[in-house]
Amino acid sequence: MSFPWANEYKPANALTQWLDEKLPLPRFVYNAVGAGYPVPRNLNYAWNFGVLAGFCLMLQIVTGVILAMHYAANADVAFNSVEHIMRDVNWGWMLRYAHANGASAFFVVVYAHIFRGFFYGSYKAPREMIWLLGVVIFLLMMATAFMGYVLPWGQMSFWGAKVITGLFGAIPLVGEPIQIWLLGGYAPDNAALNRFFSLHFLLPFVIAAVVILHIWALHIPGSSNPTGVEVKTESDTVPFHPYYTAKDGFGLGVFLLGYCTMLFFFPNALGHPDNYIPANAMSTPAHIVPEWYFWPFYAILRAFTSDFFIIPAKLMGVLAMFSAILVWFFLPWLDRSPVRSGHFRPVFKKFYLALVIDVLVLGYCGGAPAAEPYVMISQIASIYYFAHFLIILPIVSAIERPEALPFSITEAVLGKDESATLAPAAAH
Amino acid sequence: MSDHAGTEAVLPEGEGVRRRDFINIAAVSAAGVGGVITLLPLVSQMAPSADVLAESSTEIDVSAIAPGQAIKGMFRKQPVFIRNLTPAEVEAANKVDVASLRDPETLKQRTKEGKENWLITMGVCTHLGCVPLGAGEGEVKGEFGGYFCPCHGSSYDTAARIRKGPAPKNLQVPEYAFTSDTIVKIG
Ligand code: HEM
Ligand code: FES
Repeated sequence: MSFPWANEYKPANALTQWLDEKLPLPRFVYNAVGAGYPVPRNLNYAWNFGVLAGFCLMLQIVTGVILAMHYAANADVAFNSVEHIMRDVNWGWMLRYAHANGASAFFVVVYAHIFRGFFYGSYKAPREMIWLLGVVIFLLMMATAFMGYVLPWGQMSFWGAKVITGLFGAIPLVGEPIQIWLLGGYAPDNAALNRFFSLHFLLPFVIAAVVILHIWALHIPGSSNPTGVEVKTESDTVPFHPYYTAKDGFGLGVFLLGYCTMLFFFPNALGHPDNYIPANAMSTPAHIVPEWYFWPFYAILRAFTSDFFIIPAKLMGVLAMFSAILVWFFLPWLDRSPVRSGHFRPVFKKFYLALVIDVLVLGYCGGAPAAEPYVMISQIASIYYFAHFLIILPIVSAIERPEALPFSITEAVLGKDESATLAPAAAH
Repeated sequence: MSDHAGTEAVLPEGEGVRRRDFINIAAVSAAGVGGVITLLPLVSQMAPSADVLAESSTEIDVSAIAPGQAIKGMFRKQPVFIRNLTPAEVEAANKVDVASLRDPETLKQRTKEGKENWLITMGVCTHLGCVPLGAGEGEVKGEFGGYFCPCHGSSYDTAARIRKGPAPKNLQVPEYAFTSDTIVKIG
């Protein structure tokens, strides 16, 4: 763990000395996010999103625990208890909007974090485990967000729950019993609402635990960097504190400006008005849509309209939707190029851009009604999505000729001035 | 091995199994089986509870439904469609070549003897569970004159059989019986 030149923690006074002997927590923090953790000197703002994701998780936990103090998970009163939070509880409106928009902000940040990984090849050895844990976190986030959206018990909550648990009904033979078991009834009702609340409360803490593993795994090789060239000498790194605490702090400020703009000026812009109508099991809203962050996957789900050999369309859609995320688990072994950073991969760079556009197109179609031309566009975009991971990446990484890499991070930053760069290395 | 000399002495020479191995396997197996059995209640508590199951029958008066009309009832907290088919609708349903259907069933199989005009189905699309349109006053009935699900565009015919779109099955026919000429008991 860490590099040999990392600063060593030295307790400043008798109290921290005492603590260091009994429970070396300050030492742990110092080595993890303090001056004792050397980080590549050339990280750009794409490396800010991990810390921002951590901030969002904290934000969701704090606002969520407060909302839970006023919310009632009972199908008869859930909707009204949310209105009670909005109207009667001091600052309740702000806390609820903070939580709802916080979820969106969390997904913005995590998508940026993931696409940073796609571009800079962060998933490649020796960082596969960081990546795999990241995908686990993302799956947990999706489950958490889905169950949270059910809690206000509006029309979209109810029908979202019905449609998503209906996905399990697609599994042959055991599908329907599984769906009934998940819901604790034949349709979403009290039993489902209660268990979703319980799990929605629990899962963020599970995510927090996996984030700890994620960062533990990160601290073994240390962060990658925009060149993708591994750290070689001390001059390639700077201590995390104060350099990246400051840089991440600035990024956090920028993030908060955007977040607060949404929170205070457009708090409902990302929500769906139908969710202000109480749940009604007898009438489906004309146009069921999930929250925006699920749209690309929802588009893939709906792209399957006819049976595929013996597999019914419904099951195909469900399998494809889950595979769209599960394929990320195999990414470290699908992209065989030894060069990490997309900067030095001329062909990969173009396909990366195509993937970004493809996901945006999928996202747009997922939010649109299930009609032409969106269905056909989703079909083409879904095929391209899978082709990118399963066909294009393996082929590109086999045939592409990457550009020359800089010798070291220091060289990339300071140029090839021998006296400015590797002189200290000789001493080591 | 020397520290196990005591136990080994109990066993005859050459036999590789020690008394302690037996105890280990027995203890771990007992704990394993116990652990798995403990999971049963944890899994089973998620299934529908007794009060949810107790809600499972409804009686509905159908005397006011004229031919061509339908009503939405509620069964197990889900909509159920009760439709009085017109002779033309019955004929349309019977004209279809059953073998060509995704979920082959005749209207006869989906209704009760002598009550072929009473089409009683769940109002739950077999795709992902939306309530199809077509039972309410003035709602669209789709290309095949039965029901149309707006969520992902499944069309059902006048026997509520799936004809087009992503749904895999016909609208489900719940268990029901006519307790009199005008009362249906569902469930
Ligand atoms: C709750 C959500 C998450 C949190 C709090 C989190 C946190 C972090 C932090 C603090 C870092 C170090 C700073 C950085 O490199 O940006 C990091 C790195 C990383 N994360 Fe995450 N992460 C989350 C989700 C994800 C997801 C969903 C993925 C991918 C599917 C992912 C993949 C990675 C990878 C590959 C790295 C190493 C990057 C590198 O060093 O080049 N993370 N994460
Ligand atoms: S739920 Fe009816 S078509 Fe999808």
